Amino acid sequence: MTFSAREFRQGVTDVLPIIVAAAPIGMLWGTLAASKGLSPFESWFMSATVFAGAAQFVALEVWREPAPWVLLTFTAFIVNIRHVLMGASLSRHTGGIEKRWHPLMAFLLADENWAFSERRALKTPLTASYYFGLAIPMWLTWTISSLVGAIVGRTFGNPAALGFDFAFSALFIGILAGFWKGSRTGAILGASAICAALAKLYVPGAWYIVIGGLAGVVVAALLYREGDLS
Amino acid sequence: MTATIVAIIGVALATFVTRASGLYLMRGVTVRGRMKAALDALPPAILVSLIAPTILTTGIAETIAAVITAGAAFMRLPLVVVVGIGVVCVVLLRTVIS
Repeated sequence: MTFSAREFRQGVTDVLPIIVAAAPIGMLWGTLAASKGLSPFESWFMSATVFAGAAQFVALEVWREPAPWVLLTFTAFIVNIRHVLMGASLSRHTGGIEKRWHPLMAFLLADENWAFSERRALKTPLTASYYFGLAIPMWLTWTISSLVGAIVGRTFGNPAALGFDFAFSALFIGILAGFWKGSRTGAILGASAICAALAKLYVPGAWYIVIGGLAGVVVAALLYREGDLS
Repeated sequence: MTATIVAIIGVALATFVTRASGLYLMRGVTVRGRMKAALDALPPAILVSLIAPTILTTGIAETIAAVITAGAAFMRLPLVVVVGIGVVCVVLLRTVIS
């Protein structure tokens, strides 16, 4: 790729507020990892190679000594199944990016990087520079904060008390507004939201994201009329 | 290798497989018509599914904060401001309600 400092900087600027919210959550994860018997190196190694908040928190819930690796691997797969949909969606915008960067892009595909990239692609072609501008600061923050949490063994209070846990919901609401195209979008969002909330209550694990996502896709397909310019 | 390191590598590989398979799944497929309308709906549908349990089933503070945040988002305020409003609202509402 031709590296664009401007694109990279734009990515860093966009992701900065999310980094502020992610750092205490990484520390909380490191603290929990230490309480489950992981060494600081093992905690860092897991954050560095997995780089997925939801999957890492769920893994710690399942964790015991010695680590049940088959169960852990399977659980991680289920929790992360939403990334298949995210990747499929993002792949519509990666055509202009050199193929050799795709494996690294896939490795760094977190919810927040994905959401920012989809938002970016609404206005301008997605570049690898922008994507890595989002993803590299996120990776550094996540790995450093979980290492700090694992070493220090305590967090600066409960992230929920300061509202950091809600920052991700607020971010996704803010990004959603850019996808609004009228009442049809309302129908898609309503179907997804109701199905996801019900699935969360009645289906174990993280299937609710996939169920909600597919519900919206089905509604969009049903509402499609020949001649639409969408 | 310890069981811990094996488990970490297993979790990392499972995560990578989900991330890479989606990215490579649709490669070279051109879509139009109904299929395109369905795929275009994927980003907002997943975004809302990620947050629906938090904003609909956690508590009244989260639900009200989400409505206020959505209002700010539709006023086309900068994203940083929207996130800030959401976080401040949820902290205030949790304090008032609990």
